[in-house]
Amino acid sequence: MSASHSSSVERAPTLALGAPLSRAAFWLRSRLFATPVSAVVSLALLYLLLRWGWDFFGWAVLHAIWQVPHDAAGLPQTGVCRAAEGVGACWAVVAEKYRFILFGFYPYAQQWRPAICVLLFIGLYAASAQQRFWRRELALIWAVALVLIGALMWGGFAGLPLVADDQWGGLPITLILATFGLAGAFPLAVLAALGRRSRGMPAVRMLCVCYIELIRGVPLISLLFMASVMFPLFLPAGVDIDKLLRAQIAFVLFAGAYLAEVVRAGLQALPKGQSEAADALGLGYWQKTMLIVLPQALRQVIPMLVNTFIGFFKDTSLVLIIGIFDLTTTGRTAIDEPAWQGFGNEIYLLLAAIYFTFCFAMSRTSARLEHLFSRGQRR
Amino acid sequence: MSASLAAPPRRRLRLSWSDARLRGLVWQVLILGAVALLIWYLARTTAHNLATRHIATGFAFLDHAAPIPIGETLIDYTPSVSSYGRALLIGVLNTLKISIVGCLLATVLGTLIGIGRLAPNWLLARLCGAYVEGLRDIPLLLQLLFWYGLMQTLPAPRRALHPLAGVFLSNRGLRVPALAWRPGDGWVLAAFGIALLGAFLWARHAARRRDATGRGLPLWPAALLVLGLPAMVAIALGAVPGLDRPALHGFNFQGGLLISPEYAALLIGLVVYAASYIAEIVRSGILSVSTGQWEAAQALGLRRGAVLRLVVLPQALRVVVPPMTSQYLNLVKNSSLAVAIGYQDIVSIANTTLNQTGQAIEGIALIMAVYLTISLSISLFMNWYNVRIALVER
Repeated sequence: MSASHSSSVERAPTLALGAPLSRAAFWLRSRLFATPVSAVVSLALLYLLLRWGWDFFGWAVLHAIWQVPHDAAGLPQTGVCRAAEGVGACWAVVAEKYRFILFGFYPYAQQWRPAICVLLFIGLYAASAQQRFWRRELALIWAVALVLIGALMWGGFAGLPLVADDQWGGLPITLILATFGLAGAFPLAVLAALGRRSRGMPAVRMLCVCYIELIRGVPLISLLFMASVMFPLFLPAGVDIDKLLRAQIAFVLFAGAYLAEVVRAGLQALPKGQSEAADALGLGYWQKTMLIVLPQALRQVIPMLVNTFIGFFKDTSLVLIIGIFDLTTTGRTAIDEPAWQGFGNEIYLLLAAIYFTFCFAMSRTSARLEHLFSRGQRR
Repeated sequence: MSASLAAPPRRRLRLSWSDARLRGLVWQVLILGAVALLIWYLARTTAHNLATRHIATGFAFLDHAAPIPIGETLIDYTPSVSSYGRALLIGVLNTLKISIVGCLLATVLGTLIGIGRLAPNWLLARLCGAYVEGLRDIPLLLQLLFWYGLMQTLPAPRRALHPLAGVFLSNRGLRVPALAWRPGDGWVLAAFGIALLGAFLWARHAARRRDATGRGLPLWPAALLVLGLPAMVAIALGAVPGLDRPALHGFNFQGGLLISPEYAALLIGLVVYAASYIAEIVRSGILSVSTGQWEAAQALGLRRGAVLRLVVLPQALRVVVPPMTSQYLNLVKNSSLAVAIGYQDIVSIANTTLNQTGQAIEGIALIMAVYLTISLSISLFMNWYNVRIALVER
């Protein structure tokens, strides 16, 4: 076949080649081998993918160590893992440490309590992502569930021993920081966004602009440092807020500023006629805002809110730096033990998988909602 | 009444709760009063706490000698001799060093992946998609810990990897040959600067002429100038630039240029993470250019690469710049995670300083001031750039 024919071959292979191509062959030709360059790229990528994929499979599955023996004192003997280092993964570290990574220093016999809390959180998220649950009762369910979670974690009633919050750790801490942080930040964000857009009150607007821009201009770490070393200086002697609550406050302030900008985007996107119509009906400012403006403005930005929440969920890992035992910190602490030193990759993969599951679920939800809400605009 | 004096055409302020302006005024006074009261209360308690703990306030500690060992310094520094101020300045420089290089590399990688995600090749597009989806959903801190862990599993200097002549990769970092600095090199560098300026002027002249007459000037004189002038100066001075090659002395390498494992881990982590966001921005920017532009360019006979480079990307740039600005800001702020893996940026050094001196408020205020300044500078620069490339309409 001459070179001049090749372009027509790509366009319509069934015609040029005489014999009709099967669907798969047509797909391969048009999507992987359309041009010589594309074919070379495809082959190179395929080669790398297979080679690295096989190496990874060998490391993670074929040569992996799943269990290690224990000596008489019950200490793990990690010699097998050391011997396989670099060749096979040592999943024994996960088998040995997963309870610590998930629940931290929470008393071992009581760890069913944080486990239930994690399930409650996941149930709440899953329910909130479904449009058919979007009713007034959902807020009530959230309130009840959050109280229940607090009660379960602390205990101290009905025969449950009291567990102080400095013993909490792992996944529940990550979920608590993210969820309560968002719950606290959201009202703050709405107020700051409304304040920033208020025309009649320049002083309040300046205050909101300062808060939003100041927080957005500095890294979260500086706020967490502030929470851990500066907050104690702010309080009168004898009053002490514990570390977790201080970090939670820093998170609320941080998330509030970012969410405020998202809410503001929603407010700006709302046509002016809506609030003018509300004025014409004689509604007061708060009636207008709560009944007309916010429901429409927030609906518009739900996908963006979810995306902000994903970022915020990932950012909870930064509490590692001020020594709060969230999921990342427990994972890192697990490999501090001399016996398990050097098996970071296995643990990091586990943590990455956990974070990925949560974030990916949220980003799918965000995409689904975006699709749903754009239904009106699509033709 | 004072309000009517300030703004004569305005309606007179009525002393009634149904007057929106009076309500607004009262609310503002109340809110500002509450905030002022809170700040006053916090300031008073803080002053009291500082007094009972015998912590002096103020920035006098900046002149005290700083016993902080610092691994990477761009300017001279001796622990216990140099001041805290100098140590903090090194921190700022280190933050800038990682931020600038990080922004540049992340832009390149992100743009490539964003374009790759739209490639007609199914495998390439899918892999780029997996990259974006995968890396965006894993916390940056975790990625940094992973990269740093990887750096530590590299062999010791004695058994360093040696992929190219003069390049050594070990758990002490990457050593590459550097240009050796000798007395005559200042002149060579100056000649290089002059040549760059000349080339820039030539390119501008060529562009003007192309705009005016439709016919451009060749660009090879500029290239010749950039390469030729420094070479001529070097030969004239008899100083052909030499290489400073790293060599193993005892347990570590000496000489050459060192990229520390901390810097490398932080740079890889930041670039790889930010690129996943930038790729999405670039992709949506390219998609925002209407199909008609592609078709028109193809009808003119341009190849795909030329269509992208000459027609689509310049138009996509307008959509891309504002979100890109916030990604750069994020990258700079994220570089503060350096403290977790021991790269000594401003946060890390300020944190050590406030632990040693007890000056918590000053230390955190310094960190915030540095980041606010950097953020503001990037915003201003990108706004200027945005105005420059904006579509000029009637």
